Amino acid sequence: MKITINGQEKEFTSSVNLKKVIEQFCKDSQHVIAEVNGTIIKSQVWPEKNLSNGDTVELVNFVGGG
Amino acid sequence: MNTNTLSTTIKDTPLIIAGRAFKSRFLLGTGKFKNKLDLKESILASGTEIVTVALRRIDLERHQENILEYIPKNVTLLTNTSGARNAPEALRIARLARESGCGDWIKIEVINDSKYLLPDNQETIKATELLVKDGFIALPYMYPDLYVARELVKAGAATVMPLGSMIGSNQGLKTKEFIRILLNEIDLPIIVDAGIGSPSQAAEAMEIGAAAVLANTAVATAGSPALLAQSFSLAVAAGRLAYLSRMPHPKTIADASSPLTGFLFDHDHAR
Repeated sequence: MKITINGQEKEFTSSVNLKKVIEQFCKDSQHVIAEVNGTIIKSQVWPEKNLSNGDTVELVNFVGGG
Repeated sequence: MNTNTLSTTIKDTPLIIAGRAFKSRFLLGTGKFKNKLDLKESILASGTEIVTVALRRIDLERHQENILEYIPKNVTLLTNTSGARNAPEALRIARLARESGCGDWIKIEVINDSKYLLPDNQETIKATELLVKDGFIALPYMYPDLYVARELVKAGAATVMPLGSMIGSNQGLKTKEFIRILLNEIDLPIIVDAGIGSPSQAAEAMEIGAAAVLANTAVATAGSPALLAQSFSLAVAAGRLAYLSRMPHPKTIADASSPLTGFLFDHDHAR
């Protein structure tokens, strides 16, 4: 199963939910904000959000800026 | 009675944005700091109560420090929409920021030009309309133009943030006379943003009546960021006092400071 995360294609061998993906790629998930296919997914429902082949995930957080 | 005691205590009204009061009139951007401790020290040294942050994709390959850990909890976060090229993109970034639970104060920044980084005023108006309708407190960054500022007021902006000069250029208040027009005509706090490279430039903006000044690059890239942050804060306060004092305007001829009567040599003069 292929999922595009922050513009990078990632391969997953089994089904995966959004929470697992975030835990895999983000050390600190406290202020991570997630979008799946352009829709914001609230952190409370990350465990229930199963990802499908071809999904596009955006994971963002705060950085320094002016 | 000790005649050397100051007879008046200087009282200033707080900066009010969207109904919230702030004692400090210095806003600090958090970009470009070499290390996060410098950022934290700069925030504390300046006493700023509002800092800007940006939203970016998480780097999947390497761990990044969480910038929020270096920003005291009592400081208001103002998320910018940098990266947005049009109004819908600005709204998307604003919604992501709100989802983080870090508030709904957004500095609208819509830019289409990577060389000069000038704000797209027309898209900024549209973005302000969209964000205000969606419940955000919108602080649009703009090129100082009276008609645009009036549209931003109509759209429900909380402040207007005209640029002093190009982002990161340290050129100072190149748009001074146009900002002065906004100060005269726009009934919202005017926060001068971008290009302010030294405390004297910040003071200059405050002297003409700006409600506040935002700086980032100058502080972040200084040898001692916290020192310059404190200096900016003092300069902003000094400029504010000068504005409140209704200081006199420049003249084209001299005006003696000492009395023009009672000269020692008056009899010589009379001869």
